[in-house]
Amino acid sequence: MKPPAFDYVRAESVEETLAALAEEGDEARILAGGQSLVPMLNYRLVAPKLLVDIGNLGDLAAIEADGAAVRVGATVTQAQFLAWPGLAESLPLLAQALPDIGHYQIRLRGTVCGSIAHADPSAELPLCLVALSGTIMLRSRREARDVAADAFFSGALSTTRAPEEMIVAVRFPKRRSGCGYAFREFAMRRGDFALVAVAAIASDDGMRIAVGGVGDRPRACDLPPLADAALADALNAFAWELEATDDHFATAAYRRGLVRSLGRQAVAEAMRCRG
Amino acid sequence: MSDRESRRIGLPLERFEDRALLLGRGRFADDMPVPAGTLHAAILRSPHPHAEIRGIDAAAARALPGVFAIVTGEDVRRWTRPFTVGVKQKMEHWCLAVDRARYVGEPVAVVLAEDRYRAEDALDAVAVDYAPLDAVVDPQLALAAEAPVLHAGVGGNLVSERRFRYGDPEAAFRAAPRRIAITIDYPRNSCTPIEGLVVLAEHLPGAEGYEVLANFQGPFALHPVMALALKVPGTRLRLKTPPDSGGSFGIKQSLFPYVVLMCVAARKAGRPVKWVEDRLEHLVAASSATNRVTTLTAAVSAEGEVTALAWDQLEDCGAYLRAPEPATLYRMHGNMSGAYKVRNLAITNRIVLTNKTPTGLNRGFGGPQVYFALERLMQCIAVELDLDPLEIIRRNLVPADAFPYRCPAGALLDSGNYQEAVARAVAEGGLDELRRRRDAARREGRLYGIGFAAVVEPSVSNMGYITTALTPEERHKAGPKNGAQASATVALDPLGGVSVAVASTPQGQGHATVLAQVAADALGLEAAEIRVTVELDTAKDAWSIASGNYSSRFAAAVAGSAHLAALRLREKLARLAAAQLNVPAGEIRFAGGRIFAAGNPENSLAFARIAGTGHWSPGTLPEGAEAALRETVFWTPPTLDPPNDADEVNSSAAHGFVFDFCGVEIERDTGRLRIDKYVTMHDAGRVLNPALLEGQVRGGFAQALGAALFEEFVYAEDGSFLSGTFADYLLPTTAEVPEPQILHIATPSPVTPLGAKGVGEGNSMSTPVCLANAVADALGVADIRLPMMPARLKALLEPAEPPPPARPASPGQSAAR
Repeated sequence: MKPPAFDYVRAESVEETLAALAEEGDEARILAGGQSLVPMLNYRLVAPKLLVDIGNLGDLAAIEADGAAVRVGATVTQAQFLAWPGLAESLPLLAQALPDIGHYQIRLRGTVCGSIAHADPSAELPLCLVALSGTIMLRSRREARDVAADAFFSGALSTTRAPEEMIVAVRFPKRRSGCGYAFREFAMRRGDFALVAVAAIASDDGMRIAVGGVGDRPRACDLPPLADAALADALNAFAWELEATDDHFATAAYRRGLVRSLGRQAVAEAMRCRG
Repeated sequence: MSDRESRRIGLPLERFEDRALLLGRGRFADDMPVPAGTLHAAILRSPHPHAEIRGIDAAAARALPGVFAIVTGEDVRRWTRPFTVGVKQKMEHWCLAVDRARYVGEPVAVVLAEDRYRAEDALDAVAVDYAPLDAVVDPQLALAAEAPVLHAGVGGNLVSERRFRYGDPEAAFRAAPRRIAITIDYPRNSCTPIEGLVVLAEHLPGAEGYEVLANFQGPFALHPVMALALKVPGTRLRLKTPPDSGGSFGIKQSLFPYVVLMCVAARKAGRPVKWVEDRLEHLVAASSATNRVTTLTAAVSAEGEVTALAWDQLEDCGAYLRAPEPATLYRMHGNMSGAYKVRNLAITNRIVLTNKTPTGLNRGFGGPQVYFALERLMQCIAVELDLDPLEIIRRNLVPADAFPYRCPAGALLDSGNYQEAVARAVAEGGLDELRRRRDAARREGRLYGIGFAAVVEPSVSNMGYITTALTPEERHKAGPKNGAQASATVALDPLGGVSVAVASTPQGQGHATVLAQVAADALGLEAAEIRVTVELDTAKDAWSIASGNYSSRFAAAVAGSAHLAALRLREKLARLAAAQLNVPAGEIRFAGGRIFAAGNPENSLAFARIAGTGHWSPGTLPEGAEAALRETVFWTPPTLDPPNDADEVNSSAAHGFVFDFCGVEIERDTGRLRIDKYVTMHDAGRVLNPALLEGQVRGGFAQALGAALFEEFVYAEDGSFLSGTFADYLLPTTAEVPEPQILHIATPSPVTPLGAKGVGEGNSMSTPVCLANAVADALGVADIRLPMMPARLKALLEPAEPPPPARPASPGQSAAR
C-alpha cells in the first residue's frame, strides 16, 4: 500500500500549474486535498509521473458571488464552503448536502473542485452541480472555457476535461425566488458515499430531480407540476431509466426503491420550502 | 483493617496504560527499533482463487535497484516443512504456496528490498506462470462429487466428519409431539484490529537459530508448530512480543505462518527482515471467522420444553486447515446445549475446505455460529407454539440449584443463576416498557420487534478440546491433551519493589491495571506501586502452550495465577516477618504498606524492609526459611480433563452467562434497522475491575453490531474477493453504535483462583442473534441472514417492486444522457 515513485511540484502560480499540465499531459495529476487521489496512489490504481500540488495558490482560494452564481475556487475545502456565511441564503441545496460529505476530517482537506474533478458517481458535489445546472471553469495554457455540469461528467471517474486543463473554479447558480430545494441521501453509514442521493428543485412551474449513486454519473430529469400518483409514476419511470446495477450492498431493485422513496420525500420537501 | 478483605480488586481503577497511549507514546510492534541493515518485505499474493504455479521468474525483479532477494516456494521447501495439521489428512500447508495457490491473496513470493516502496515496486516484476483452475467457495457445493478438489491427496474437500450422540436423542425425537428446525447460513466476518500483523525476523549465525519480534498473541501452542515447520528445536526459535498492541480479538494468531516465512526470508538474505501487513493484505488474507451451514432441529414438548437437539454443522475453514483449526467448530463442543437443560444431543460435524482465506481465532470463536442457530431456533419455537420467546427461554434454562451442572456433551457449568439474571434484566432493563413501545409503534403501523438471546459464555479453553475432532482411537494413539497452563511471576527487587510478569500478550484488556490490583491486594500495597510487564520472551519467561491471550482467559486464568504467585510470596514474607515480630506466621497481616501482627497492629514493619531481606541479608534468614525473591506459578484449571471415550469434554474452565433483549424498528421505505433499546446482562463471576469489564462489553457489543448489520467477507462464485477495502467491508462507526444498557450479577466461579470468568466474547455470541430475533419479530419472517443490511431487510418486507413503465418513454425531458 505504498505509491509508486512520482515527482512532486508545489506550484507557485496557476501559470506554473498549467505549464506543467501542458508539458506532462495525462502523466500529471493535480493534488489538492488528496482525499481521493492519495488512496488511489496507495492502491496503485493511478501512477502519475508528476503531482502538482496547488495548495499554495491563494488566488484560487475564494468563494465569491459571480452574478447569479457563487464561484468556488479550486483550493476551497468542503469545510470552508460549509462554513461560508452566505451558504444557507444563496445555496440552500449545498447547505443540506455538504454535511453528508465524508466526515469532518475529510471535509477539512477535501476540496469542492477536487470532488468535481474526481467525478465519483455517488458523490454529493457532482450531483448538486448537475441538479443546479452549474458550470465548471476550465483553464489550459491556451484557453479558458466553461462547461455545463451535464456535459462535464462522462462516466464513473471520468470527465470531459482535457489532460492539459485544470479546474480553476466551479459556479453554483444561486437560489431563485419561487424555488424550493431539498436533498436526501441514503448511505450505509454516516459519512459513506451515497447508495442513492436525490436533489430536488421545485417551483410552481415544475420540478427538477437529480439522482446520484445510481448509474455511472449523476443524472437529472425535468418534470411539470404533478399530483401524487403521477409523480410516483414519473419517479418510477426515472428510477428504471437510470439502469441501476447490483453490488454486494444493494440490488438494483433496492436502489430503484430508494429513488422512488427519497425522490418523493425530496420533492415534497422542496415544494414545502418554495420561497 | 483485615488483609482478607480485598480492597483494590473490584474497584473501577483507571488504566495505568492509558497515559502513554493517549500521549502517542505506545510502543507497538512497528515502533520497535530494528537492527542495522534490516530489509523490508513485500509479499506477492495470488490473484487467482485456485491455480497451479508452473514457475516463477524473479530475475527481472531481482535486478531492480534496492532489491536484495526474492523468496519463492523453492526456498521454503529447502528450509521448512509443512505445518502440522489437526486432522489426519494428506494435505500440505506451507508458509508460501509452493506449487498451487488456493485462495486469492495467498502468498506466492516475497521481495526483500531496502525499503517497502522499492519492495512493492518490484512485485510487478516477479513473473509467475499460473495455470488457473476452477474454484469453489460455497461449502455445500464443495462437497459435490464434481467440485474442484483443493488437496488432491484428500480425494475431496471433506477433511473431517464426526458424529456424536449424548443421552438418547432418537428416543426423545420419537416421543416429542413436535420437531422444529431451522437452517442457518452464517457468513464470514472478522474483528479487523486497527494494527495489522508485524514480524521482525533474524537468522542468527551458527546454530543459534531464529530470533523474532512479532505482535503474535498466542496461543503459544503455535510456537511448537512454528519450530517444527522451521526444523529447529523450540529453544532455537526465540519469540518476543512488544509491550503494546493495537488490538487482536484473536486475529493475530494468524501471523504464525508469516513468522516462518520471514524467518526463511531472513535466512536467505542473511539480514534481518521486517514485514508490516497493510490493510489490503489484512482484509484479503489474514484470517476470518468460519462460515458455517447449520441445520438445527429440536424435539419440543407441547409446553415448549426442548427435549433433544440435533445439530448438523458444515464448517468451512477456507483453503487450509490452519492450526488451531478445526478449533472453531469444537470450542463450544461440551456446551452445545447452551443455557438449557436439554439432556439429549445428536451432533454431526463436517469440515470442508474451499478456495477462501484460512479461518482462525476471532472474538466469539465458534460461539456466534452456534448461538445464532440455537437462539433463532428458540424464537421459532415460540412462534410455532404461539408463546412468548422469553417464556420458551425460561422453561428451558438450567435450574439455579443445579450448579455446578454437567452438560450432556461434557461441559461443566461451574456456577450461575440464570433465572435471577433474566429476572433482574427484565426488571432493571424495563422490558414491560419496551413491550408498550412495541404495541404503540405497531398501532401506528410501524415495524417494531423485540428480540431475546440467552448465551453461556465459555472462557479459558481446554487445550484438549480440539482433539474431539479425532476419534477416541486416534486420541489414544496420539496421547491425551488437556488443561490450560497459565503462568505468572511476582518478584521483589532490592528496594522492596514488586513486579508482576505474565505470559499473556495484552490486546487492550488493561493487564497492567488489573494485575497491579491483584498483587496489591495480596501484599497490602497500592496498585500504583506494582510494576507490571507484559512483553513476552520465550527464551526467558515462564510460558506454556496455553500462554497468550485468547479464549477470554485473562481475568479467569492469568490474573488468577498472578494472585497465586503473590500469595506464595506473601507466605514466605509472612514467615520472615513472624520471626522478627515474634508472632506465629498465621497471625501476620499485610496492609497499608506494612506487615504487622493481627492482634497488635502497632507491632509492625515496613513492607519494603522485609521484602528486601532476600537480596540484602540472605544469611540472616530464620532456620528453614526460604528467601522471598521471585515466585512463578503455573496454574491449570483442575476441571479440564481430556475428552473421554464417550467424546464428552469440558471444553472450557469457566462459563459465564449473558442475557440480552432489545427493541428495534425497521424503516419501511429503506429497510434500515434502528435500535431503540439494547439491554445486556452479564454474569462474569467475580468482577476484578468494573470499568474494564464495561469496556469489554462495549467493545464486544460494537463488533457484534458490525457482524449483525454490516460486515461480511464476500466472495464471488468464481472465487474472487469482493471485500478488499474498508469501503467494501464496513465497520460500524461511533455514529452507528447506540449506547447499550449494561447490567451485572455475579456468581463467582468455584474453579478459577479469583472466582472471575471471561466477559469479552459474550456479546459476539448474543448480540447478532438478539437483533435478528427482534427483526424476525418485527417482520414476521423466519429466514434471516447476516449481515442484516437495509437492502436485505427491505427485500424481506417488500419482495415485489413496481414494474417499469409500459412504454420506454421518458416522463419528462431528460436533461442528462
